[in-house]
Amino acid sequence: MKLLKRAWAWLDDRIGWSSAIWPIVVHPVPKVNWWYVLGSATLIAFIVQVVTGVALAFTYVPAPNAAYESLDFITNRAVFGNVVRGLHYWGSSAMVVLAFAHLAHVFLIGAFKFPREVNWLTGVVLLGMTLAMAFTGQLLRWNQDAYWAVSLMASMASRVPLVGDLLVDIIIAGQTVGGATLTRFYATHVFLIPAAMFVLVGLHLYLVIRHGVSEMPRPGRPVNPKTYRQEYDELLHRDGIPFWPDFAWKDVVFALVTGSLVLLLAVVLGAPELGPQANPTNLEAHPKPDWYFLWLFALLSYAPPALESLVIVGLPLLLGILLVIVPFTAPAGERSWKRRPWAVATVVFFGLSAGALMWQGHRSPWAPVLHAEVPASVSGDLRGDAARGSALFASEACLACHLVGGAGGQRGPDLTFVGDRLTREQLIWRILYGGNNMPAYGQMLSPDDLDALVAFLSERRSR
Amino acid sequence: MTDRAQTATADLLDRRAFLNRLSLLLSGLIGLVLSVPILAYLLTPLLRRAPGVWLNIGTTDTFKVGETVQVAIEDPSPLPWAGETTRTAIWLRRDGQTDFTAFAVNCTHLACPVNWQAQAKIFLCPCHGGVFYGDGRVAAGPPPRPLPRYDVRVQGANVQVLTRRVPIGGD
Ligand code: FES
Repeated sequence: MKLLKRAWAWLDDRIGWSSAIWPIVVHPVPKVNWWYVLGSATLIAFIVQVVTGVALAFTYVPAPNAAYESLDFITNRAVFGNVVRGLHYWGSSAMVVLAFAHLAHVFLIGAFKFPREVNWLTGVVLLGMTLAMAFTGQLLRWNQDAYWAVSLMASMASRVPLVGDLLVDIIIAGQTVGGATLTRFYATHVFLIPAAMFVLVGLHLYLVIRHGVSEMPRPGRPVNPKTYRQEYDELLHRDGIPFWPDFAWKDVVFALVTGSLVLLLAVVLGAPELGPQANPTNLEAHPKPDWYFLWLFALLSYAPPALESLVIVGLPLLLGILLVIVPFTAPAGERSWKRRPWAVATVVFFGLSAGALMWQGHRSPWAPVLHAEVPASVSGDLRGDAARGSALFASEACLACHLVGGAGGQRGPDLTFVGDRLTREQLIWRILYGGNNMPAYGQMLSPDDLDALVAFLSERRSR
Repeated sequence: MTDRAQTATADLLDRRAFLNRLSLLLSGLIGLVLSVPILAYLLTPLLRRAPGVWLNIGTTDTFKVGETVQVAIEDPSPLPWAGETTRTAIWLRRDGQTDFTAFAVNCTHLACPVNWQAQAKIFLCPCHGGVFYGDGRVAAGPPPRPLPRYDVRVQGANVQVLTRRVPIGGD
């Protein structure tokens, strides 16, 4: 026992636990509520990602001829492989959610104001990196979605003025999306961004210690840079509590709850389906990003073509700039959200629009439905021209974009009861000349086929 | 303070200022020396465009006049670990005895792979509903430009396609 004590005293002296580290652990913080756990929870999620990521890297092979098989092995044969992959997948979702929640909270309580502007800025960069990790990670699955998502991303990058083509070269690294592309994303996902994140997380935490955890805002108590530091010190003296364990227990409890949730999802639902392997000659692809990018996906689909490049390049840039200037637009003044209606409105606006766009992105009504068939309830008792028209409606790919009796795409108008709305002449006109995002079928249809189609369509009536 | 002591302090400060600059300069130099080979290693292979190569994709009689089919072309100098990705799909149509047209599969909107609808004679893009006519012109939807093409020629009995960088971004 004595020996142990002496050993600890020796070690303590050499590493400075009691003299240098412990004071930081128990440094006084203001009394704050549960919302303050979001930051530490994001950090814990990051640590989970690092640990599970390292575990996955023990087996994953970052080469196009083996990546998919190695993932298949991890998912279906490695002991607990599906759980580890599931943890990494659901952990990434948790991290994105927590990071955004942390951002919204910090914004709402005005904690980005003096003297914590740089805390905010490092946080913004970390958020960007978190999203970059989410995206590059998705590509490492090297399935069909991933493969075409790389092309899509390169194609988006090509819209950047001046350096667009260079960016494409950097992303795909060769003649095609292939051998050199995957290793590039692997190195980025596994070394480059995480290394930068370690540095920034360190900086972010250091700044939290340097400026202290922000106190709960009180309406009518604005931040005045001249007196803030003094007031904060007085507050800590008056009713500060030691960070550990008086506040930290909340962090731990919350981390346990979210961690258990992630584990539960990983065990019950596991990692997402791998789907078919990446194959440039398999053109059956419906690339759709993981949920965190569905909003951008939807926005792109709704942007009018003329503004599209602007949306692709300008929107992320604009969002980034907005986030960066936040602490400089209001470095002082009222912190409480109760006195900052615009701050609340901003959060609600972005929250709702992101939600709505993600929902649209999930449904993707703009995507044509290939290989659809006219339902039997519609085609069942047709004869003659109308029956032939019904078959043509599917084979001429009309059904890819138009609904009939609940089947087909939703890109164009629902034609279930088109006979109520349009006359024969109008139908012919639309089919031959197209317009409003419909191709002109004039050169592609024989007069007989046109007649059959029109016969089929004009019979689509509600009565 | 004596004069001598003052000169000594001034000397010391000069010395410090000099050492400060020297150290910063040398650190910068170390960084530069290291980054030249690393950046060159990372960047130059990207900027070297491989020259196009004419590849045989089959004899003329394997293609029917008027038909548009998907063919795969092999990367002429693939990385040994490229697996399936050594191949690229193109849409090839035989227009006449010696007339062939080859389209890239990449939609000019955001590079998704377009599908040929044989009966409707259109290319449909699954991503945002871009549509191209049989000759590659944009028929509907968001694509800004016609479908990119590959050069094709007939040499003797063989149909050949000229390889090129995947047409993503400017064509
Ligand atoms: S990628 Fe083809 S329509 Fe968008």
